[in-house]
Amino acid sequence: MAGITSYGAYIPRYRINRMTIYGSIGFVNQATIMPGEKAVCNHDEDSLSMAVNAGVDCLTGLDRSKLDGLYFATTTASYKERLIAGIIATALDLSAEIRAADFTDAVKAGTTALLSAGDAIKSGSAKSILVCASDCRLGPAGSFQEEMYGDGAAALLLGDKKVIATLEGSYSISCDFVDHWRHEKERFNRIWEDRWVRDEGYSKFIPEAISGLMKKYNINPKDVAKVCYPCMYVRAHASIGKQLGFEPDQVQDHMFTTVGLTGTANPLMLLVAALEDAKPGDKIIVASYGNGSDAMLLEVTPEIKSIKGRKGVKNSLANKKDLPSYEKYVTFNQVLAIDIAGRGEQAVPSSSSILWRDRKKALSLVGSRCKRCGTPQFPPQHICVKPDCGAVDEMEEYRFSDRIGHIFTYTGDNLVYTPDPPELYGVIDFVGGGRSQFNLTDCDLDEVEVGMSVEMTFRKKYYDRGVTGYTWKAVPVRV
Amino acid sequence: MAEGIKDKVAIIGMGCTRFGERWDMSSEDLMVEAYKECIEDAGVDKKDIDAAWWAALYSMQGFTGLQLSQTLKLQYLPVTHVENACASSTEALRGAAYALASNCCDMALAVGVEKLKDVGYGGLPDLKTPAEFLTMPNMSGPGVYAMMATRYFSRYGLPPDEGKRMLARVSWKTHQNGAKNPKAHLRRAVSLDDIINAPIIAWPLGLYDCCGVSDGSAAAILVRADDAKKFRKDPVYIKSLQIAAASGADMWYTDYDYTHAETGYQCGIRAYKEAGIKNPREEISMAEVHDCFSITETVTMEDLQFSPRGKVREDIESGFFDLDGGLPVQPDGGLKCFGHPIAASGIRMVYEMYKQLQGKSGDRQIKNPKLGLTHNMGGYPPWSVVGVAILGL
Repeated sequence: MAGITSYGAYIPRYRINRMTIYGSIGFVNQATIMPGEKAVCNHDEDSLSMAVNAGVDCLTGLDRSKLDGLYFATTTASYKERLIAGIIATALDLSAEIRAADFTDAVKAGTTALLSAGDAIKSGSAKSILVCASDCRLGPAGSFQEEMYGDGAAALLLGDKKVIATLEGSYSISCDFVDHWRHEKERFNRIWEDRWVRDEGYSKFIPEAISGLMKKYNINPKDVAKVCYPCMYVRAHASIGKQLGFEPDQVQDHMFTTVGLTGTANPLMLLVAALEDAKPGDKIIVASYGNGSDAMLLEVTPEIKSIKGRKGVKNSLANKKDLPSYEKYVTFNQVLAIDIAGRGEQAVPSSSSILWRDRKKALSLVGSRCKRCGTPQFPPQHICVKPDCGAVDEMEEYRFSDRIGHIFTYTGDNLVYTPDPPELYGVIDFVGGGRSQFNLTDCDLDEVEVGMSVEMTFRKKYYDRGVTGYTWKAVPVRV
Repeated sequence: MAEGIKDKVAIIGMGCTRFGERWDMSSEDLMVEAYKECIEDAGVDKKDIDAAWWAALYSMQGFTGLQLSQTLKLQYLPVTHVENACASSTEALRGAAYALASNCCDMALAVGVEKLKDVGYGGLPDLKTPAEFLTMPNMSGPGVYAMMATRYFSRYGLPPDEGKRMLARVSWKTHQNGAKNPKAHLRRAVSLDDIINAPIIAWPLGLYDCCGVSDGSAAAILVRADDAKKFRKDPVYIKSLQIAAASGADMWYTDYDYTHAETGYQCGIRAYKEAGIKNPREEISMAEVHDCFSITETVTMEDLQFSPRGKVREDIESGFFDLDGGLPVQPDGGLKCFGHPIAASGIRMVYEMYKQLQGKSGDRQIKNPKLGLTHNMGGYPPWSVVGVAILGL
């Protein structure tokens, strides 16, 4: 039976309170006040990097060589022409012999990717497909969209063995309902009047899809443990559930006041949150929104109990740090273009041929381990670094991206360019061996100590003439 | 069995430009300024020179031997461009010395130059290769040495304020010396409090823990030791000339402690052996070491065995390395006050030893020096090339 075999999520550590935004620029467009905070990317994060980190969470403890597909859903792809799913697959150190595809343009593309992966499993053309959905949408500074949109990612592994939630069925609506849009020439989303979007959009398409699904599979609201769907207004979110006949405790928390609207990732993040609390036999409905809606019915199996050690939504929500400055926020997302002159402009020219040759090193964080003495080393070496070994070309691949390390030494550098000075970096010793230098991210200098435990996180590294370079950085382990 | 370079080669002339922000000077202009003083000091004719080496690190100064041969109008000589990071001009000196010792030429010129102040911003331009840039942090010079200070403080249990005070004493001493040197870039004594309270460049290093950034050039003319007295009564002899490059273990193997530079320690051992020195703390009269940052000089005192491991603080704070101390270090003002035009620094240090040995250092003159040591560390502690030269009468 096809279904979900694992889940993971990623929420950026930084949160900005919506009052911080109002406090900085006032109620400039659409005189409304939205409650709570939203998750925002650090300056080195984007939809791609978040998807990789959600993927790492989802694949915790699993054999990555078994995957034969990776679908990525986003409306905020970092390239218009370059397979983002291919970059994610390389970062996750998956085989090249997989089917990889990007699902994009509508915020319901997350559920569409999930449905497509389910269909591929059901048809037998694939055994194990990872679906990542991630978004970091922007509105103009001071806009309604800026208040609503949050950043986040979810990952779901689909397969037909050890299924934790079976895919029971789906019901889809697709139409050209233009409530928000972004032209190819524009960077920021535009939106039509919020009352129309609320009443004619969310409050119609989601109920239509969910009731269509329940009718199609002869389900009553009381049969359902949790129903998951996004909405831009907290009160309207509650009304939709009520309208469909669900009690408030059957409706999965919207995360609007903790994370915000996360585009393609939104319904999948809500589903992950529902799975975290699910019991065997629970029926879960998840519906997306955006140019229509996909509604899906899932049933949780006893295998759900085997899923352990995920950060998921719950732990990611708990791991947060307030970003008290709106100026920092608009610097991180490059709405405000700060000066990078001088040192910041001295980019080392990116080279496609070097990136291809070194893709395992740079994107997969794969080094080598000496087969003679067992010493792990990064970057990969021909000749063993251990002084009394020195074996020549007796190396095997060794992945560091999912290993814990300790900070051996570090600094906070005010001389090099970074959008968030000082630039933090240090020497990391990996548990099990291996040492190299990495940036530290998502922390302040005064939080860092010699000996502190760190884990690796996938991030943007540089931008050079149309190329965003990605690699791994270290981040303090937070329990 | 290798014999080493000891007493086979002598320096008979040297020149050194004023170091600083020489906005009106190109690297060619700087080389000419150093060369003019050098050839006048040697009292020889240009046509007597029959081989030359020049060192510059950054590519904006050009490649090949032509930058030197065409600037000085050397007539079809074997001229070689060398680069070995901050040890570049020690490498040029080594090329010249080895050619003389092997009897392949009779008089050789070595020049080091670096024109840094055409970059448009402070500090040094990055040197990573595109492949390194894919994963390595964007690190600055202060940052990579700051990591050594972080580790040194941690290993020896120094609270940051005590650690910073120790480092401040290093820079304080050097500024005292630099204030007396007309060729130095930063000619001002600085108070300990100003040093400690200066803005942080890379934690825990502040502004005065960092050397200046400047332009400069230095040059030397060398002959075989047997010929040296024909040119002057007080030639300075090379007792040792060593280079050590890191093996990768310091960078990527987990044994390295980051509180010393193994390259510096190993290079020192080889240099002392070559020069026949048994007790460096007693036998070396003075030293110019690579004080790109205060922490660099600090650990170098231990690497070169001037102070026992972990005990340098006592020597720093007792004034042992002051101009009137037991082993004066940076008598000319060091990189701290000269700045560090990369490939000029090695020969600039030798210039100070040469003048001190000849008794020509004015109010910075050290009493009766016998042996002077110079030390450069290129790159950063686990990824370094170190050059050590020992000179004497």
